[in-house]
Amino acid sequence: MTNTPQLKGAAIIDALKASGIKIIVSVPDITTSQGLLWPIARDPFFRHVRVCKEDEGVSICAALSYCNQRALLMIQNTGFFDSINAIRGIAAEYHQPVCMLIGLQGAEPDIIPDQSPKLSINTVGPMLDLLTIERHWLRETAEAAAIVPAINKAYATSEPVAFVVGRSPA
Amino acid sequence: MMKRDACLKILARYRTDEIVVSVYTGAFEWKKIAPSPLNYIGVGAMGQASSHGLGLAIGRPDRRVFVLDGDGSLLMNLGTLITIGNQGPKNFYHFVIHNGVYEVNGSHPLPGEGKFNFAGLAREAGYKHSFEFSELQDFERRIGDIVKLEGPVFVCVNVEKGEDYAMNWDYIHGPEQRALFRAALAPTNPK
Repeated sequence: MTNTPQLKGAAIIDALKASGIKIIVSVPDITTSQGLLWPIARDPFFRHVRVCKEDEGVSICAALSYCNQRALLMIQNTGFFDSINAIRGIAAEYHQPVCMLIGLQGAEPDIIPDQSPKLSINTVGPMLDLLTIERHWLRETAEAAAIVPAINKAYATSEPVAFVVGRSPA
Repeated sequence: MMKRDACLKILARYRTDEIVVSVYTGAFEWKKIAPSPLNYIGVGAMGQASSHGLGLAIGRPDRRVFVLDGDGSLLMNLGTLITIGNQGPKNFYHFVIHNGVYEVNGSHPLPGEGKFNFAGLAREAGYKHSFEFSELQDFERRIGDIVKLEGPVFVCVNVEKGEDYAMNWDYIHGPEQRALFRAALAPTNPK
C-alpha cells in the first residue's frame, strides 16, 4: 500500500500569514479554488482584490511593494501565459518583488510538472527559468516550508518569486 | 480641442503631495511640467497605469493618487475599470489622455475611435464620478473641484499634441526613478 502525498491548503495559508502577506490579488484557478482561494476569500485576515485579468495583478502587487505591503498574486497557468509580458517587464526586468502562486490546471499530481506531456504544464517551469524567476513546487505539504523564506527573500532582494501548485490542496 | 501639455499644466496647479502615475508621452511631459519624486512611471507593460495606481491607492490610503493614463493604454486593460469600480478607492483619480491614436507606435488610430465613450465606460463600471472635457477653459474652471471629490473619479480629456518634449526612454525604463519613488514613499517619509 502506498501513501498518496497530500497538500494541505491550511499549511499554505499559515505560511502566507507567517510571511507577512496580507493582500491576495486573484483570478480564480480551478486547482487552488476549493482548498486555497475560497478559504482565503472567507478569511478576514486577508484583503482580497479580485481582478479581471492577471496582468492587473502583477502591477498591483508591484505597486503595493512601494507601500511596504506584501501581496500574493494567485492565478492559473493559463493566466500566467496570458500575462507574460507584464511578468517579464514589471516583475523580472524591473526586479520587483511580485510573488505569484500559479495553479497548474490539468496537472497530473503524480508526474513532475516539467515532465508532463502537456504543453500547458511542462512549459511553466522552463518559462519561469527563462525569465530568471525563482520557482518552488507545491505538490505536497512539506514543500510549504519554502514559502516563508522565499517570500522574505523576494522582498529583501526585490525579485519576483513563483510557487507552482501541481496538486489540488485539500 | 485642448493641447495635452496645456491640460497637464493646469492639472499641475492642483497637485500638492499626490502620487502621480504616468505613462509614455504623458510621462515625458509630466516629468518636465511637474517634477517630483512622487511621480511614478507606470510602464514595463502597456496598459497597466491604472493597475499600478490602484495598488498604490490601496497601499497608501492616506495619499491621493492621480493616474495619467493613455487612451490606447486603457483599451489594453479595460477590465481595470471594473476592478477599480469594485474596489472603490476613495483616493483614486483616473485621467485618460484621449488623442485617438497610438502616438508612440506611429499614430495609428484606436480601434473604434469615435464610436465609444471612455467616460461612459467608467461610469457604468462603477466609478463614483465621471467627466469628459474637450475645451481647456471648461477643464480649467472645473478641475479644482473635481480633484476634491471622493473617488474613484474618472476624467477623460480629449486632446491633441502640444509642444515637443524630450523623450528619455532610458529614464522611464531605468531603475533610478523607481528608487527615487520608493525612497519618497518610505515609512520615514509619511505624509
